Amino acid sequence: MDLLRFITCGSVDDGKSTLIGRLLYDSDSVSLDVLAALENRPTVHGTVDLALLTDGLRAEREQGITIDVAYKYFTTPRRKFIITDAPGHVQYTRNMVTGASTADLAIVLVDARQGVVEQTRRHSLIASLVGIRHFVLAVNKMDLVGNDEAVFDQIVADYAAVADQLKLPQVTAIPISALLGDNIVARSKNLGWYTGPSLLEHLESVPAFEEASIAEPRFQVQFVIRPQTDDYPDYRGYAGRIQSGEYRRGDRVHILPSGQESVIEAIEVDQQEVESAAAPQAVIIRLADDVDISRGDSIVPVGSQIHVAKELEATICWMDERPLWPGRKLLVQHHSSVVKAVVSAITYKVNVRTFGRAATESAQLNDIVGIRLKTASPLVVDSYQQNRATGAFILVDELSGDTLAAGMVDAMQNSFVPEPLGFTI
Amino acid sequence: MSTPHFDYLDRLEAEAIHILREVAGQFERPALLFSGGKDSIVLTRLAEKAFRPGRFPFPLVHVDTGHNFPEVLKFRDSLAAELGEKLIVRSVEDTIKRQRLREPGGKFPSRNPLQTYTLLETIEEFQFDACIGGARRDEEKARAKERIFSVRDEFGQWDPKRQRPELWNVYNGRIQRGENVRVFPISNWTELDVWRYIQRENIPLPSIYFGHPRTCVVLPSGQLLGLNEHLRLDETDEIVERQVRFRTVGDSTCTAAVESDAATIDDIIEDLLSAKVSERGATRLDDNISEAGMEDRKRNGYF
Repeated sequence: MDLLRFITCGSVDDGKSTLIGRLLYDSDSVSLDVLAALENRPTVHGTVDLALLTDGLRAEREQGITIDVAYKYFTTPRRKFIITDAPGHVQYTRNMVTGASTADLAIVLVDARQGVVEQTRRHSLIASLVGIRHFVLAVNKMDLVGNDEAVFDQIVADYAAVADQLKLPQVTAIPISALLGDNIVARSKNLGWYTGPSLLEHLESVPAFEEASIAEPRFQVQFVIRPQTDDYPDYRGYAGRIQSGEYRRGDRVHILPSGQESVIEAIEVDQQEVESAAAPQAVIIRLADDVDISRGDSIVPVGSQIHVAKELEATICWMDERPLWPGRKLLVQHHSSVVKAVVSAITYKVNVRTFGRAATESAQLNDIVGIRLKTASPLVVDSYQQNRATGAFILVDELSGDTLAAGMVDAMQNSFVPEPLGFTI
Repeated sequence: MSTPHFDYLDRLEAEAIHILREVAGQFERPALLFSGGKDSIVLTRLAEKAFRPGRFPFPLVHVDTGHNFPEVLKFRDSLAAELGEKLIVRSVEDTIKRQRLREPGGKFPSRNPLQTYTLLETIEEFQFDACIGGARRDEEKARAKERIFSVRDEFGQWDPKRQRPELWNVYNGRIQRGENVRVFPISNWTELDVWRYIQRENIPLPSIYFGHPRTCVVLPSGQLLGLNEHLRLDETDEIVERQVRFRTVGDSTCTAAVESDAATIDDIIEDLLSAKVSERGATRLDDNISEAGMEDRKRNGYF
């Protein structure tokens, strides 16, 4: 059985929480005691409010809105699902980015009465920026527009323009009613004119995890294992996770950023040596030579098109209340590697309505901007387009430790691609 | 290139190992909170996969309420010895004496809220900067909101409105002096995932997880509580002999048993697949106090 992570997004009151509640409820994933707790609560309509299944915080129940990302789980015979329920409010956009960053698929919810609105565009933009491949346009509350096919068709046509602008790779449109359960788990007679899959059927059949396995091999050292015991006096293992691609015993590799070369002597999984291992496996790599390697270094096959760079162009989503100005010094955390950096320029701001770019002096909370970044030591990166694992980073405040921004590498300046040393080891 | 197939357990395992290694890489004095229950036992198995042939880069720490099941304590000690890892035990009893706290009252005197005091004392004593725990997001609706790296202030408090965004699998554990991070490597696992992993990895567990005869008190809710010396019973209380097992292992004063003949892990998984009541709903007496019971306790430093 495999795993699909998806995010639900859309404007406030489009029914995201109700949709998730419905998916959990109709797939038999809600326990009786949890339901009983809901049934004890007074509701407006006199029915169980399924949205309460996801709004887990006191303030959320008080205000009837989703403030923070919630994670929910359900399993069908075909697949295990991790649902990220992200807030729809504009001021919580950063939480939407948080949720989208780990998702394989985005369900963009639209209220059939409202059609495509600004938040639809904003959320589609964010989901496409973070590299989500599969999109579902879920036109909700179809019952409130008389299940009218023409309404659905119009919204699909309007969204096609958004998808076109953002170059979304794949969009599947499904008319639904989360409240009534129409086309959620099973296809509904109320929407008999629709011939496509129900939402759940679609979620079960979308291919998951294509990207990481086809990308070039990438591995970053998290922790050096040196037992220094009688049994293992000279053991040095580099523990980490294969971020993408596949590694084999005997591969010639570069250690970056230093540029040293060696050969993979062994790959260990749970103390067993294996011939090969692939993303997303957590492994230990041992090398044939005694080279100087520490946490944050990358081990990649010789010939990789990875860049060693101290100057980057990146797209970021700024997540801090205090605005970002050029000249700001901060930390870049690129997985296990943390380096000091300065934002040397803010090059543009993305208009979330038009998707156009405009000049800007600063980045405010929730802004998506282009920046130029100079780092104190080199980072070993790909563009985010090339590799979602090695092209992603966060910006961190050195003093408070707060996470300030999500960043995606667009390009590298003055970087180099490591060349083989030209001799055989 | 052919794509090797990894199923969902492989992926959850890889994610958890990655998280454990980030803790080892980012913190100076981490600890693994170990109760002897199934979730923390799974964590020790994951730590073996993350760090062997090296030693764990953290001790195992148990906050003993004094109301634990003896079978579980025995298992705790033997597992720590078998792993050859350091086990630190700190007791709520001592905290009660030292801080002159009031013992819980009532018929079923739960020391659960008092655990927080001992935990915070222990964190201070050893200057732990990260505490790894086996909590899962499927357990409770407030937990569903918590990050994998959850920053707590010097009082151990969680502020759900001020959580750091957690992006991709980049975990930011940078903290200021006095703060600590609670780390939950199996956040994305469900109860069933944990059992399937125990099955796949053939992980030994304390005997109370399997069906066994036990003398129980029948609670007004119909739940069964194993008879033990900490309960304050009335003459009218109904005492019965039942075949039971425990789905979760907390204090013997607030953890109910479920009736079951399950003798093997396969049986337990069968049981779970047909269970209609959630793990905490079936077994915990302390979450049902109020709708925000867990959220409020977490705000106060509870795990």
